[in-house]
Amino acid sequence: MSTASHTHVSGALDDHGHAEAHDHHGPPAGFTRWMYTTNHKDIGTMYLWFAFFMFLLGGTMALGIRAELFKPGLQFFDPEFFNSLTTVHGLVMVFGAIMPAFVGFANWLVPLQIGSADMAFPRMNNWSFWLLIPAALLLIGSFFVPGGAAASGWTLYPPLVIQQGISVDMTILAVHILGASSIMGSINIITTILNMRAPGMTLMKMPLFVWTWLITAYLLIAVMPVLAGAVTMLLTDRHFGTSFFNAAGGGDPTMFLHIFWFFGHPEVYIMILPAFGIISQILPAFARKPLFGYASMVYATASIAILSFIVWGHHMFTVGMPAAGNLFFMYATMLIAVPTGVKVFNWIATMWKGEMTFETPMLFAIGFLCLFTIGGFSGLVLAIVPVDITLHNTYYVVAHFHYVLVSGALFAIIAGIYFWLPKWSGKMYNEGLGKLHFWLSMIGFNLAFFPQHFLGLAGMPRRIPDYALQFAEWNMWSSIGAFIFGFSQLIFLYNVIATIRSGKPAEQKQWEGADSLEWTHLPTPMPYHTFVTPPIVR
Amino acid sequence: MEQTQPTGYYFAPPSHWPVVGSIALFFMASGGVLLMNSYGVGWIPFGIGIFTLVYMLFGWFGTVIRESEGGLFNAQVDHSFRWAMSWFIFSEVMFFAAFFGALWYARQYSVPWLGDLDNKLLWPDFAAHWPTAGPYRPPEFSAMHAWGIPAINTLLLLSSGVTVTWAHWALKKGDRSNLIFGLALTIILGVTFITLQAIEYGHAYSELNLKLSTGVFGSTFFMLTGFHGFHVTLGVTMLIVILFRSVAGHFKPDHHFGFEAVSWYWHFVDVVWLLLFVFVYWL
Amino acid sequence: MLLKHLRALSVLATTFVASLAAHADYHVDILPPVTPVSREIYNLHFGILWVCVVIFVIVFGAMFWSVFKHRRSAGAKASQFHENTTVEVIWTIVPFIILIGMAYPATQTVLNMKDTSNADMSIKVTAYQWKWEYDYQQDGVKFLSNLATPRDQIEERDGKVGAPKNENYLLEVDNPLVVPVGKKVRLLITSNDVIHGWYVPQLGINQYGIPGFIKDAWFEIDKAGTYRGQCSQICGKEHGYMPIVVVAKSPEEYAAWVKDAKAKMPPPATVAAATPEAPAGATPPAADPNKKWTLDELKSAGEKLYAANCSACHQPTGKGMPPAFPALDGSKVATGPKAAHLATVLKGRPGTAMAPFAQLADADLAAIITYERNAWGNHTGEAIQPAEIAAARK
Ligand code: HEA
Ligand code: HEA
Ligand code: HEC
Ligand code: CUA
Ligand SMILES: [Cu+2]
Repeated sequence: MSTASHTHVSGALDDHGHAEAHDHHGPPAGFTRWMYTTNHKDIGTMYLWFAFFMFLLGGTMALGIRAELFKPGLQFFDPEFFNSLTTVHGLVMVFGAIMPAFVGFANWLVPLQIGSADMAFPRMNNWSFWLLIPAALLLIGSFFVPGGAAASGWTLYPPLVIQQGISVDMTILAVHILGASSIMGSINIITTILNMRAPGMTLMKMPLFVWTWLITAYLLIAVMPVLAGAVTMLLTDRHFGTSFFNAAGGGDPTMFLHIFWFFGHPEVYIMILPAFGIISQILPAFARKPLFGYASMVYATASIAILSFIVWGHHMFTVGMPAAGNLFFMYATMLIAVPTGVKVFNWIATMWKGEMTFETPMLFAIGFLCLFTIGGFSGLVLAIVPVDITLHNTYYVVAHFHYVLVSGALFAIIAGIYFWLPKWSGKMYNEGLGKLHFWLSMIGFNLAFFPQHFLGLAGMPRRIPDYALQFAEWNMWSSIGAFIFGFSQLIFLYNVIATIRSGKPAEQKQWEGADSLEWTHLPTPMPYHTFVTPPIVR
Repeated sequence: MEQTQPTGYYFAPPSHWPVVGSIALFFMASGGVLLMNSYGVGWIPFGIGIFTLVYMLFGWFGTVIRESEGGLFNAQVDHSFRWAMSWFIFSEVMFFAAFFGALWYARQYSVPWLGDLDNKLLWPDFAAHWPTAGPYRPPEFSAMHAWGIPAINTLLLLSSGVTVTWAHWALKKGDRSNLIFGLALTIILGVTFITLQAIEYGHAYSELNLKLSTGVFGSTFFMLTGFHGFHVTLGVTMLIVILFRSVAGHFKPDHHFGFEAVSWYWHFVDVVWLLLFVFVYWL
Repeated sequence: MLLKHLRALSVLATTFVASLAAHADYHVDILPPVTPVSREIYNLHFGILWVCVVIFVIVFGAMFWSVFKHRRSAGAKASQFHENTTVEVIWTIVPFIILIGMAYPATQTVLNMKDTSNADMSIKVTAYQWKWEYDYQQDGVKFLSNLATPRDQIEERDGKVGAPKNENYLLEVDNPLVVPVGKKVRLLITSNDVIHGWYVPQLGINQYGIPGFIKDAWFEIDKAGTYRGQCSQICGKEHGYMPIVVVAKSPEEYAAWVKDAKAKMPPPATVAAATPEAPAGATPPAADPNKKWTLDELKSAGEKLYAANCSACHQPTGKGMPPAFPALDGSKVATGPKAAHLATVLKGRPGTAMAPFAQLADADLAAIITYERNAWGNHTGEAIQPAEIAAARK
């Protein structure tokens, strides 16, 4: 895969092979460049900045939560506002930060890594991005309407959300718009991957990142419409007199839970599979050794995706499903540990007997590996029905999902940014600051979230603004950790901006072990349009 | 599957339509939120939004049609459109799946549970049966009979599936008059379907006392048939566009994906109806 | 089995960690189990925890070994192998087998905890925003259980310091659920408004109360004592203030308690209980249901009762939290005809958070309603008498 014989390694800059309708090579000037763009790199950049902004916003809410929980008693917020913070923090992080960040990566990397000139539908691509803005406005704007933002938890369970105010409608419509954006984005990605590969780029030669996104896009197409259906039913229950989730009319609140989690569980894998892809690019590059078990990685990813459709009930062990239901969902959930284990083992085998160096992307990748596995293990503990009974909706669950989401998805995103920033911006980031960022993140993150396991085991429920005295000590540490972690992200922000503005020029192949097309075939900095004439992959 | 990329990728020039579309949706959503919470002013943003959306759709599709007729799309682009339309239809299938799932869950689980022994504590007089409007002061209503209008509608939609295929066959032969005739017939069948559906709704509301608010039966009945009816309307609209394009001489016997996309969509709507007929009206 | 050894190991390790943490409240463990099911849960958790720890140590032992040995600065040279079917098959099958080892005991516990048959007694638990109602099916006792922590211990906002916190801050209630030890108690859990969760970790129960449905769970406590828990499912503003206290007594003490409780029905707040500092001269209304009360007496008693029962939603200011909770200040219902007001409070509004409050005593309701009709900007000047409530109940 790494060899290719095409003529211009010097880039596609001087290639005139494309349609006559349009004949410029650099980006147009002015703000319309970004608003009207049809260029996958521009769109990827916008996605990433949007995601980072939302991350800071959601993180600020998280710091609000942690500040209130620093000690028992109500110090800062009204309980209802606290619930809004929790809810919108969850929604913003999931739909505003993690998912758009991965779509940003897909935009940047999928065309580059399969040797395509751009995405299959560049205009629709731009629309997918610009739909995020109205959705974000609705979501954030809901804080400022009478009654305050939605306060039912990001899971929006009825009948609680039926009681709440106008902000819930804004949230629901935001989810609809986000769904439309994700569906269009996924159609675009699938079509690009299936139809736009360079000659010789067979499916089993594609970098793993492309594979994980192909599978993720299928998950998205399959479950985002289901979420849209679920929230539509909420909307009609709220305003048009339907009784989907109202027992008095023969419906059942539990029905919403089933539909929501049929979306929700695949959703969490939507947030981790692209992370697996990024890690699978980074580890081999710094081990200077091919990825171990490429084929089994692909099959494992696909198995995880398929299994993810039949495990949703593990979020509902306490709703009172029949024993058979609980057992089925327990077994199915536990099974996921097998393919995920295969991935973990393959990564370690990739590092085994390599020739490793530990630049920032590699550090974050190793951090990901250890901490994601801890999160996976706590997931496994939660999958055991009887144990979940004592842990459900406690801080143990909060600890679990921040281990997989923050030190999983987010660490992978950060690792990926450090890894590809030199290629994207043409400049090299400051390694010292990167390492500082890593170590502070490591310390802050673990201090913030490891103690939450203990809180959960001792029975502290989630989504509460105030707590009994025996939870005080660990909460204090957790808050301290959260502030360390949060503020160390500002180092990252600074580092990225400084790199783009005044970083030292990066090399074409900044990482000697990197072997996908963007490193082997394209110059640094990259031209605005790449692979106008596709490379030939052998 | 092992399609690879020939040279000559068409670089779509920068376009303002996406941003316009986003603005449209923002206005529509804001207006919708206001309206649902009984703020009458919501009509203004909602109206602006709808208007902008229609403007955007005309502009955007117009651009694509011009590009297509201008021969800018090669076989690969055509192929991309095919993938995209297939997965779009798949996403629609999943949307309907949520509502079918709700129907199945209500019939299979929630209603029987509400009538079981334990729940006698809460609903002493409720006997689980289908159709039902639930245990709390259920209104008297009757379900829609399958073998009246719904059966006729089934026939209409099935025949409309035949007529688009006829039109397609004509298009492939380059027989434009039959193409136009087949399309027109399809549209007529579709419009008749929608009209009958409206009559059926009127009948439900005025005579059967079957309303959207008639418990879980009314909810699933109207949401499923309603969303289907909405999709038929969309389908008819697209067919009308295709009809106009055919009259204007668009499409070639070997290059007419616009037509095919609409006919796929139409078949999809057809299949959903069959499921509706079986699970909502009949069983 | 493997689990047996791990259990021993876990006991060792927990005592170690516990001794470390003995000084402050650094709990790191599931709370001590007191029912057969929660004991199984406890053991399951520790078995699985230790399996995971062992796997973690092996896997990441290998990784860190590789990090130290196979780094460039230690002179490593990269090999180029990238496949080995044998190891790949092994590391697919071995985890699978380990998982079966976990699933087997877990399955037994699930079957056990789901078996609610042959219970000795059953209690219907109804959740309201934000309190619990316990209805003893056989013993005929029924009462509400509210948070007992005073508000001034909670509020520390706006420069307030807050009173010193009780030992069981936020985990204390006015009327705990009292049960006999050694008896299989079946709970019939439901809710009146939104989803709540009846969660007492030491009993191994965490069961949603779902409005309109009855779900059941059971426990059999083998040690007298007080066990605390909380509502586990977000249910609105006061979700954090919905504790559960279970007091397990010997069967004899339990029988005595039942007798007592029956005599006191309805046990929750009466005007007398809620107004310890009621103005001099106010006699407890329970004493004489036919007494005519003055407007002022009713208002001042009503204010306290309103604070205890209604202000969570309608707010002390009467402004509510629109649109979820309507304002009573200036509300058509609270200033219009009495009958509608009485009906709203007695019957509630089905399908909304406004629950029926018929369980309160006549005099209490009279006081509350009078207060609402004469507080804030409402000046109807009407005094509602307990007799009117009694009449409206019919
Ligand atoms: C990126 C997101 C992500 C990922 C990847 C996962 C992965 C997993 N999750 Fe998690 N989960 C969430 C995000 C995620 N989860 C979120 C957000 C929630 C809460 C939602 C809410 O309520 O708000 C949640 C909640 C949640 C629950 C419900 C808890 C409750 O509410 O009571 C459960 C229960 O089963 C669970 C299980 C699992 C399991 C078994 C995995 C598995 O995929 C993990 C598999 C990985 C491993 C096991 C580690 C590696 C494997 C090996 C090294 C092999 C050897 C191992 C063995 C043989 C043991 N998760
Ligand atoms: C998807 C990813 C994701 C991410 C990345 C995070 C990140 C964080 N989360 Fe969150 N979290 C969720 C997803 C995520 N979370 C979800 C789904 C829930 C469940 C919601 C629910 O219950 O419904 C949840 C709930 C949740 C809770 C439980 C709340 C409750 O139950 O009441 C807590 C409490 O500690 C918490 C904390 C944190 C912290 C400290 C971070 C930190 O990692 C954040 C660190 C980042 C920052 C702090 C940003 C830095 C910003 C600054 C330093 C300010 C500068 C400002 C400007 C420049 C404008 N989260
Ligand atoms: C759990 C929240 C909650 C509590 C506690 C509560 N209410 Fe309400 N109340 C509501 C809600 C919600 C409504 C609106 C119902 C509707 O939409 O019809 C309401 C409506 C009312 C109304 C009608 C107001 C109007 O203008 O329509 C009155 C009167 C009232 N409540 C009195 C009381 C009294 C008296 C108490 C205490 C004994 C009380 N409420 C406790 C939630 C609550
Ligand atoms: Cu009741 Cu939370
Ligand atoms: Cu899950």
